[in-house]
Amino acid sequence: MPQKTLSASPQPAPGISLSGVSLRYEGVYLFKELDLCLPAGQCSALLGPSGVGKSSLLRLIAGLQPFEPGGRVTIAENEAQQTGKTSANIAYMAQQDLLMPWLDALGNVTLGARLRHERPDHARARDLLHQVGLTDYQHALPATLSGGMRQRVALARTLMEDRPIILMDEPFSALDAITRLRLQELAAKLLRGRTILLVTHDPLEALRISQRIFIMAGRPARLSEATLPDGETPRDPADAAVLHHHAELLRRLSTADAQP
Amino acid sequence: MMRVLRPVIIIAGLIFIWQIIVWLSGAPHFILPAPARVAEAWWAHHATILGHAGVTLLEIALGLLFGALLGASSALTLAYFRPARRWLLPVLVASQAVPVFALAPILVLWLGYGIASKVAMATLIIYFPVATNFYDGLRRTEPGWADLARTMGASRWTLLTRIRVPAALPALASGLRVATAVAPIGAVVGEWVGASAGLGYLMLHANARVQIDLMFAALLTLACFAVIIYFIVDTGLRRALPWQPDKLPAEQEE
Repeated sequence: MPQKTLSASPQPAPGISLSGVSLRYEGVYLFKELDLCLPAGQCSALLGPSGVGKSSLLRLIAGLQPFEPGGRVTIAENEAQQTGKTSANIAYMAQQDLLMPWLDALGNVTLGARLRHERPDHARARDLLHQVGLTDYQHALPATLSGGMRQRVALARTLMEDRPIILMDEPFSALDAITRLRLQELAAKLLRGRTILLVTHDPLEALRISQRIFIMAGRPARLSEATLPDGETPRDPADAAVLHHHAELLRRLSTADAQP
Repeated sequence: MMRVLRPVIIIAGLIFIWQIIVWLSGAPHFILPAPARVAEAWWAHHATILGHAGVTLLEIALGLLFGALLGASSALTLAYFRPARRWLLPVLVASQAVPVFALAPILVLWLGYGIASKVAMATLIIYFPVATNFYDGLRRTEPGWADLARTMGASRWTLLTRIRVPAALPALASGLRVATAVAPIGAVVGEWVGASAGLGYLMLHANARVQIDLMFAALLTLACFAVIIYFIVDTGLRRALPWQPDKLPAEQEE
């Protein structure tokens, strides 16, 4: 297997489009005939009150959540996602680190290869652990690592999969503020060039690392897009424009939350 | 230091209470022999006792082996094949409605007075805790792990062998601990119903000949072996599963 460039995905990242997608939970529509287009090679954030269906939408794109017939999830213009089928283009990163407690950091990073019965590329895994700042913790069991370190291992595992699309479900929400800022920066740097969907309830996180922000609200949920300050990601949280947009987003989210 | 001392103190305390009961009740030695008398009897018959203990030990070990293998493979079958869950799970539960003790005479009838019937008894007793605990563990795979494995392209079989089984090993371990604790019951009950060797047989035999001190000596030997087997299995399981938290958070402060 030839060594690939680690920071950029091998081929141009495909975009994702959803059309007419509906999902019911216990008879109630979480969303109905929803359309969404996630631009290729960019990070799109999905904001909204909890319980609105953000995670379900992400799981649906990941192929983990079956949806109502009639909807379509298309990846890369040619691959129509079948409901309940996962795609080889997607890597998934959840709120919990989901590290296997019986595998050390290196074993967790190379988990995907072993699940597919491939030979794990240990050199690349070590290199990725180095990039997330865990050079000395290759053989540490997850229980001995701090929350931030564990989530870094999870990030390295996500990168190890080397997929053009990354779906992240509140990946940093369980971390303390400082660790979260560091990891956002690291993720933004290492995942540049890929198509990312970031589900988050933190407007500042969305403002820091995404190029598009969608707000999901109501029942059945509707999507609307928010404006973003100019400039490269990761954006400085102290920047006046970022703070201004943050206030604006908070206002929109609280009105969204007030709606029945 | 206290770890070594504590069991010694506990045993000394129990023997002391035993002696006090003997003094206070004034029970004759053929009802409740004093500790010293039992020790004497043990020493006088130690070759016989240890010989019988060896048989019982072999029955327990084989019962543990077969019971664990059968229990674990049943749990895997139930976890992997959906129809098996619907058809076998009720059978598994119903099988436990029959008291294993009631089966002992039948097993002796079918398998004879040798160790086969006792191994079968022990296997039956061990099977259930191993099967149910392991199956429970397999059923409770963290859903996030399953999601992650699916996005990584794992097949159902790989998900089972690489994620669900390792994740369920602590549950299997607790099943094995329970099984180890109850295994001697199976072997001894089998020996009571009909045998020509084993500690259960020796106890019954001594009882019939009013050698109560010998009976107590055999009983204490059985208890010692049961504790030692449990200790060995427990230590082995801890070593095998180093990632499993060993202590409750409250205990760690000690």
